[in-house]
Amino acid sequence: MKNKFKKIIVLGSGALKIGEAGEFDYSGSQAIKALKEEKIKVILVNPNIATYQTSKTLADEVYFLPVNAYFVEKIIKKEKPDGIMLSFGGQTALNCGLDLDKKGILKKYNVQVLGSPVASIELTEDRQMFAEHLKKIGIPIPPSGAAVNLEEAKVIAKKIGYPLMVRAAFALGGQKSGVVYNDIELKEIVEGALAISNQVLIEKYLHHFKEVEYEVVRDKFDNTVTVCNMENLDPLGIHTGDSIVVAPSQTLNNNEYHGLREASIKIVKSLGIVGECNVQYALNPKPKNGEPDYFVIEVNARLSRSSALASKATGYPLAYVAAKLALGKSLLEIQNKITKVTQSFFEPALDYVVVKMPRWDLIKFKGAEEKIGSAMKSVGEVMAIGRSFEEALQKAVRMQSGILESVTDSDFIDKAEQKKYVDTPTPRRLFAVAGALLDGQSVESLHDTTGIDNWFLSRIESIVKAEKEFIKNKKLDKEIFTELKQLGFSDKKIGQLCGKTEFEIRKIRKNFKVLPSVFAIDTLAGEVPAKTNYLYMTYHGGHHDVAPLGQNAIAVLGSGPYHIGSSVEFDWSSVYANLALKKHGKKSIIVNCNPETVSTDYDMSDRLYFENISFETVSDIYEFEKAGGLIISVGGQRPNNLAKKLSKEGFKILGTKAEDIDRAEDRNKFSALLDKLNILQPKWQSFVNIKDAEKFVDEEGFPVLVRPSYVLSGSAMRICYNKNELYDFVTKASILSPEYPVTISKFMENAKELEFDAVAQKGEVMIYGISEHVENAGVHSGDATIVYPTQRVYASTEFQLREISKKISHELKITGPFNIQFLVKDNRPFVIEVNVRASRTLPFLSKAMDTNFPEIAVDAFLGKAKKHEYVYPKSVLVKSSQFSFSRLLGADPVLRVEMSSTGEVACFGKDYDEALLKSILSANKFDFNKKAVLFSLGGTVNKAKFLEAAQTISSLGYKIYATDSTAEFFKNNGVEAQTVSKASEQSPNTLDVIDGKKVAFVVNLSETKNSESKKADNINTDGFRIRRATVDNQIPLFTDLHLARAFVKALAHYNIEDLEIKSYREYID
Amino acid sequence: MQNKTITKLVLKDGSVYEGKSFGAEVSISGEVVFATGMTGYPEAFTDPSFRGQILVLTFPLIGNYGVPKKENWESKQIQIAGLVVCNYIDTPSHHESMQTLSEWLKEQNVPALEIKDTRGITEKLRDKGSMLGKILIDKKLIPFIDPNTRNLVAEVSTKEIYEEGKGKHAVIVIDCGTKYNVARRLMARGLKVVTVPWDTDVTKLTFPFSGVVISNGPGDPKKVQATIQNVKKILAKKIPVLGICLGNQILALASGGTTYKLKFGHRSQNQPCVVSGTNQCYLTTQNHGFAVKKIPAGFKEWFYNANDNTNEGIIHKTLPIMSVQFHPESSPGPLDTDWIFDYFLEKAGISPKLKNFLADKTGPVPAGENFQSSAKSKYNNYEK
Ligand SMILES: Nc1ncnc2c1ncn2[C@@H]1O[C@H](COP(=O)(O)OP(=O)(O)O)[C@@H](O)[C@H]1O
Ligand SMILES: Nc1ncnc2c1ncn2[C@@H]1O[C@H](COP(=O)(O)OP(=O)(O)O)[C@@H](O)[C@H]1O
Ligand SMILES: [Mg+2]
Ligand SMILES: [Mg+2]
Repeated sequence: MKNKFKKIIVLGSGALKIGEAGEFDYSGSQAIKALKEEKIKVILVNPNIATYQTSKTLADEVYFLPVNAYFVEKIIKKEKPDGIMLSFGGQTALNCGLDLDKKGILKKYNVQVLGSPVASIELTEDRQMFAEHLKKIGIPIPPSGAAVNLEEAKVIAKKIGYPLMVRAAFALGGQKSGVVYNDIELKEIVEGALAISNQVLIEKYLHHFKEVEYEVVRDKFDNTVTVCNMENLDPLGIHTGDSIVVAPSQTLNNNEYHGLREASIKIVKSLGIVGECNVQYALNPKPKNGEPDYFVIEVNARLSRSSALASKATGYPLAYVAAKLALGKSLLEIQNKITKVTQSFFEPALDYVVVKMPRWDLIKFKGAEEKIGSAMKSVGEVMAIGRSFEEALQKAVRMQSGILESVTDSDFIDKAEQKKYVDTPTPRRLFAVAGALLDGQSVESLHDTTGIDNWFLSRIESIVKAEKEFIKNKKLDKEIFTELKQLGFSDKKIGQLCGKTEFEIRKIRKNFKVLPSVFAIDTLAGEVPAKTNYLYMTYHGGHHDVAPLGQNAIAVLGSGPYHIGSSVEFDWSSVYANLALKKHGKKSIIVNCNPETVSTDYDMSDRLYFENISFETVSDIYEFEKAGGLIISVGGQRPNNLAKKLSKEGFKILGTKAEDIDRAEDRNKFSALLDKLNILQPKWQSFVNIKDAEKFVDEEGFPVLVRPSYVLSGSAMRICYNKNELYDFVTKASILSPEYPVTISKFMENAKELEFDAVAQKGEVMIYGISEHVENAGVHSGDATIVYPTQRVYASTEFQLREISKKISHELKITGPFNIQFLVKDNRPFVIEVNVRASRTLPFLSKAMDTNFPEIAVDAFLGKAKKHEYVYPKSVLVKSSQFSFSRLLGADPVLRVEMSSTGEVACFGKDYDEALLKSILSANKFDFNKKAVLFSLGGTVNKAKFLEAAQTISSLGYKIYATDSTAEFFKNNGVEAQTVSKASEQSPNTLDVIDGKKVAFVVNLSETKNSESKKADNINTDGFRIRRATVDNQIPLFTDLHLARAFVKALAHYNIEDLEIKSYREYID
Repeated sequence: MQNKTITKLVLKDGSVYEGKSFGAEVSISGEVVFATGMTGYPEAFTDPSFRGQILVLTFPLIGNYGVPKKENWESKQIQIAGLVVCNYIDTPSHHESMQTLSEWLKEQNVPALEIKDTRGITEKLRDKGSMLGKILIDKKLIPFIDPNTRNLVAEVSTKEIYEEGKGKHAVIVIDCGTKYNVARRLMARGLKVVTVPWDTDVTKLTFPFSGVVISNGPGDPKKVQATIQNVKKILAKKIPVLGICLGNQILALASGGTTYKLKFGHRSQNQPCVVSGTNQCYLTTQNHGFAVKKIPAGFKEWFYNANDNTNEGIIHKTLPIMSVQFHPESSPGPLDTDWIFDYFLEKAGISPKLKNFLADKTGPVPAGENFQSSAKSKYNNYEK
């Protein structure tokens, strides 16, 4: 079938955020590949610099610009595509598409929407219209109604009766939704929801129903299949994104499974979906009559997180197929990429179980509420594959945390706390439940409190029982060993239970020949021979599906789950390292357990092990494959941390030696090294008791930065300004990381921060790039706004940075990627840390410099790297961080030494100002037409330093609202400003200005001291309430002086019309 | 899952798999086959088409939702000779569960083994084809016996005629090992259903009826000569006929077609069947080891399998005589092809009233544009 499309524009999802993460890099990338196969020109709009899909090698043109109607129209006008794809970039792309359609832009430039028709998308997005549609075709939905204001809401509530479920329309991740039991709660939630959406859906809260999901594909010839069904371990009421999910469903019988399947197909056909769609159900576990008693919860007429999961869980390339279907192909024309012998009109048969577990990082967010519910809070997820639920679940636990070994690992202070965590759903519930079972509580009673099906509880119980049994006599014969492994116990855990190290256990296990089988995922349970490279390991087997690849194979360790500090950028590096191996004629083996990634796609590597990044698993894989080497330095900190153990076991790690990595990671060794090379570093000291700490501050004075070593993303770091803070914090910090001593360093105020990224070979730097933080040191590098090339750095400083870096890389005999973070004060560079691995900045730098660091790193590993001459760039690239505070009730949206951003974007520009402006627009909803701002500047220094910016803003015709002392200060200095009283005072106050959406952006600078020290009772401060209200209303918020000033300066130079619409290619060639 | 005695599965090729018994403690012999369905084990176990077979389930967790009441079974008893699974679940959780799978198997005297490497067995059967095997519980030695040498149909068919449902129209079901759901789906359309033994000469029945359904059933179609001869008489009288699974093969043989044994049968719930000459595809449940090769004169191919292109149904060019290789009654499996009953009844001049929880099934409505069906896949399932 020849297709009529020549050029198609694909919308990406922008920065990673809670509810919209890496899965859309996977779906977008597959879609682009599918289109390229058809010789169609592809234009991609996505400012997410760290994604694989935005690489030069994929789409024909990439635009690093905001995914919104304004910019996309400009791009359409310029590129003149004949088609557009809306369903591969999550809710962001979908909403943008609907907007383009509503504004008549698509018609104007006659761009055809491929895939599902806009009308049906709108139908699924408007809760009420959708409810009516389902009623028409006889599909049950929970009693519900839609309201546009509180009064309507109350009327509906009376009609249906409490408890009720309240949700915002057109919002992702269940944002601003919640359960309400009375009028007061109703008011609170409804108002919150109306702040971000003009409509709320109110419906009956279906207490303890099962939550089940179907992934459906349909072609335009009406052929429809459900690729996968999934069942949540957690009952309805906990967002699927925050639920432990199992595929296929385990507790549904044939009637229920196929009844719901049939309903899904009926719905999808009635909507005329072309491509992918998912349907979520609530299923009554104890129906009155025999027939399935169910309700439809929602339908997503696009690729979603669940479809990414389904795709990885079954091996069915959903996004790829969806793209082909959007072009008008039939499911019968598209061959099953995995089996090569079956068609895509097909429903995979699994001979294994998949368990998805979310990854939360709530501790990283000051004040964030721990309870989970109908609004998603997780930042990533893992997928585990096994042949028993126990095996898969325990794998998932290890993959997810990287620290815990088993569901039986729990650190509850006492039974009371454990009970609390059984009763309320939080990320710790699973462990509380296991704990309760360990204490002998019955499955039945736990079912009643948690709503978790007895089947799942019984599986957890069998794990718990086995552990109890084993502890009794600690006998390790082959049979017991096998049984424990089949129940998913790790060597380390078994060791902990019988007082041995994981190395000892591993030896014993190998002597018993208790080894995992390597099984393939082939989509049809072995029914026909299929050449597949998609593998997992299980102890429920007796043979291997594949033969070892041998010496020529190199294993690349991926990033594991996305979480704060380790995100898609590390998958990008893994993917390119893996691709580079091919160029050198090597075979590549990817090990990763994150279903949201491109690295785990069926067509990326020679072999994919969907397994954990742990010593045990990596060792088993390496030994089975008889591989020639390991790459641990491209997947972030998790694989990097395995360096010691893996080399101790005698495996060949490519690149920098483990002991040299350790000399960089271990603070004592590292600072000794710096002293030896007489390189400056902030004064610091590591200590185990508070006495030494106090001694240090007596000599060096406050402020100090306190942190444990060996952690990424500044977790558990804190600036302390006085002794109580120091004391208060240290006690906690040491709990967080007992293995390692706590270090305390002099916190350098008003220092500039620079990043040096490079690849070295045998200690010699082959390529490097220096980028600059807009914010001063004190804002974590992961949250900072970063610009390349540097804008305000002396050549002499850069010279020093190069020299220092050369010395360090020489001393550590670095081969491969590394990153050095510098603080610069009075033109004197201090080194704060060296990461002997790919850093977060690599995709950013690679794209800015039009090169590829991971590829060069692989060259270096194989001793084939060439020295790259430094070329000064033609354009400026600015990276902005994406924050998801609005998703995290109670979290304080302020930049600190601890990282809290969930994603990033970056935009090119002709100069710093233009790039910065685009970049900020890409991560925020900024309204140029709203000519008003709110300033609340704490401390005299901040006020003085911001004065000039304030003058600029008012000269631009902005109306300035300011909190009293700030307004006072402005007036005294001749800047017009309207005073608004504090949030705590009676209205009209700051909150009215914000909630009334009167302002285009808000600047809230707090005297660092306060914001830090007031940690505990922060909730009450005015600053907090201003920040919170601002993010809740989705208004751009600036809490850093330098960024705020830079933004104002950019605003002064550029209006939206002035921003150039240029593709990546145009910026680099 | 405690007291499990070590027992084994022995295949004709000499391979031995040790396993733990969770069924009846009896040694049996049969034809070892695998099925890849992920749900519906009670329906599968009671499907007479599995008569005499040792069933290996590829889905690793079996027993999850226990065993439902008799009314939900597909025949009056468990039909499989033996069962092999990777992990037996002894803690069922479901509102319909009456007993555990283990209790049921023991009660029905059917042996069952938990063998870890069911995937290994499956790969062997897929490469070498279905083979004879035996489950050995104790030292007792028993020979390999090929169930296909027995007249399995006679074993599973009803011994006397019985009538169900009310309605002005009656449909005859020739029971070659029918699943109850065939009758259920017909009755759901307000029809009277008369089930008769496999070797009944329907043309001699004394009461009026509007059509005949030749049911599914176990084994080699050539074994049921009596039925084939009777069907010839039915065809001579131009009585509307719908054949299902074995019925498809019987109809083909009765009207001059041929059948053959598949290298390994279709035993799954995800078999894609295309309406010949269209781009309409349906997902079907299948459970057969034989298939139609030569399409009889006067008939044309109705469906073919999108994976291996084997025949999935034939339909007479002019008369209301048709048959499908798959199971439109499903149970277990997808409900995609329930419309086959409507289609048959309509052609037979009986317009049915369907009443069930998901009304209007999507029929073979040629939706969208029509195009020449894609190149059939290379993969081929003919006996080598
Ligand atoms: N009527 C209801 N009763 C109880 N829980 C519900 C109900 N409707 C939705 N939920 C819960 O809220 C979650 C989010 O709802 P959903 O409509 O899927 O929003 P989103 O668009 O964020 O996925 C669901 O995953 C489910 O657990
Ligand atoms: N001595 C210091 N003075 C001022 N700021 C510092 C100092 N040390 C670290 N920081 C700030 O804290 C952030 C995190 O510190 P870093 O050592 O990079 O932790 P991580 O290992 O999480 O990257 C840095 O990006 C920098 O902004
Ligand atoms: Mg949802
Ligand atoms: Mg750092």
